[in-house]
Amino acid sequence: MAIRERLSGNEAVAVAFKQIDLDVMAAYPITPSTEVPQYFSQFVADGHVKTEFVAVESEHSAMSACIAAAACGGRAATATSACGLALMWELLYVASGTRVPVTLAVINRALSAPININNDHSDSMGARDSGWIQIYSENNQEAYDNQIMSVRIAEHKDVMLPVMICQDGFITSHAIENIELLEDEKVAAFTGSYQPEWSLLSGNPVSVGPLDIPQFYFEHAYQRARAMIDSKKVILDVFEEFGKLTGREYGLFEEYKMEDAERAIVVLNSSAGTAKHVCNELRAKGEKVGVLKLRVFRPFPTEEIAKALSHVKAVAVMDKAECFSALGGPVFADVRTACYDLEKRPQIINYIYGLGGRDVKPDDFLTVYNALDEIVKTGHTGEVYRHVGVRGV
Amino acid sequence: MIYVKDANLNQGWKDVTEGGTILQGGTSMEVNTGDWRIMIPGWVEENCKHCFLCFPVCADSSIIVKDGKREDFDFGHCKGCGVCYKVCPFNAITFEKEDK
Repeated sequence: MAIRERLSGNEAVAVAFKQIDLDVMAAYPITPSTEVPQYFSQFVADGHVKTEFVAVESEHSAMSACIAAAACGGRAATATSACGLALMWELLYVASGTRVPVTLAVINRALSAPININNDHSDSMGARDSGWIQIYSENNQEAYDNQIMSVRIAEHKDVMLPVMICQDGFITSHAIENIELLEDEKVAAFTGSYQPEWSLLSGNPVSVGPLDIPQFYFEHAYQRARAMIDSKKVILDVFEEFGKLTGREYGLFEEYKMEDAERAIVVLNSSAGTAKHVCNELRAKGEKVGVLKLRVFRPFPTEEIAKALSHVKAVAVMDKAECFSALGGPVFADVRTACYDLEKRPQIINYIYGLGGRDVKPDDFLTVYNALDEIVKTGHTGEVYRHVGVRGV
Repeated sequence: MIYVKDANLNQGWKDVTEGGTILQGGTSMEVNTGDWRIMIPGWVEENCKHCFLCFPVCADSSIIVKDGKREDFDFGHCKGCGVCYKVCPFNAITFEKEDK
């Protein structure tokens, strides 16, 4: 029997790390992720885990310590937000390039400046091309489930890439909701133990992170790109196995009322719940609307997204991050690229929303569905790069 | 296992270790890095007291010690930094521009 609990998203992630029984957690506090190592350090102090907790002096050191621990054959994880993730930047690439299966809980928060501690996705979206697998979570349950699955994905021999599990700062990280936890022994059986092919502690000498000259660097970069492509199958296999264990079935994305949808919103993390609520209200009036909630953003599910949107007339892609490209947000750019090869493409627009913790309300999604209705009726896409919820626009 | 001694330019992406990890020890012995050198030290055997001030300061372990005596430099790995020349109190090490 699963355990019924009520936990915040941060506590749920800390419990997942406890049940995985990490070998090493190295972490530095930053709002709103601080509670993850805070709860976890209590588990360490109380003897619930055998984990070595390293109270490092910065996020740069946190990720460095995790990479080193993973290179020693350990399961290592950390948690961070916003500027903490930014300070890890150099090491994010080192982790994926060294091919060590570090896992990370990202509690999404806006990047400075101006300084802001509230939620948007500018932190993890900036790290989208760092060779990390990225999975997004709508609520505390998904954050917990994704974190447990993350070690199995990262450590698979066909993957060997680090994984970050993202959830919305404060909105899900601090809100307490009902949750179903697995029993400790079930998590232990599901996650098993990390069996690395090499390790700094194996007794055989190993050099990690050597100079890679022009004659070899390109091959290693290609290996990493291939691992990201190949990880999709592993991710789906792990999701399926987890589904059999828990009854909670996950895909690369969730299609909500998409079968006959003419208008669709693509969204990730907590706002998907609000989008579904508005979708339900419009469905009750007979409108053919749907929501596509992205879960796995890296690797990007290109063919699957294209197929899911192939029958839709108009799509709005929601981005909780500006990337200052003058083209639109990062999710939009990828979704639109995915749809390019379709014979009959939907009309696609982008909405930047909810930056720096700006409240995202049902009315915002109503605005978006109405805009899509206008596009369907007139056949004109109009302005592609749009904003909702910002004053004066 | 893929070993560094087998590294060659015919290897495709499947044939190189993930992340470039080197799965064996002592591989620097197989790579000649002494050709970076601009300055070169010389051992003046008749002045050498075998006091061993020099070999611990060599960053590249290029001063060979065998059976309690120092031997000539390992020029395959000496970078010509001159630290050994600085520490020698007996003028047993010279240091000059290398003719190549």
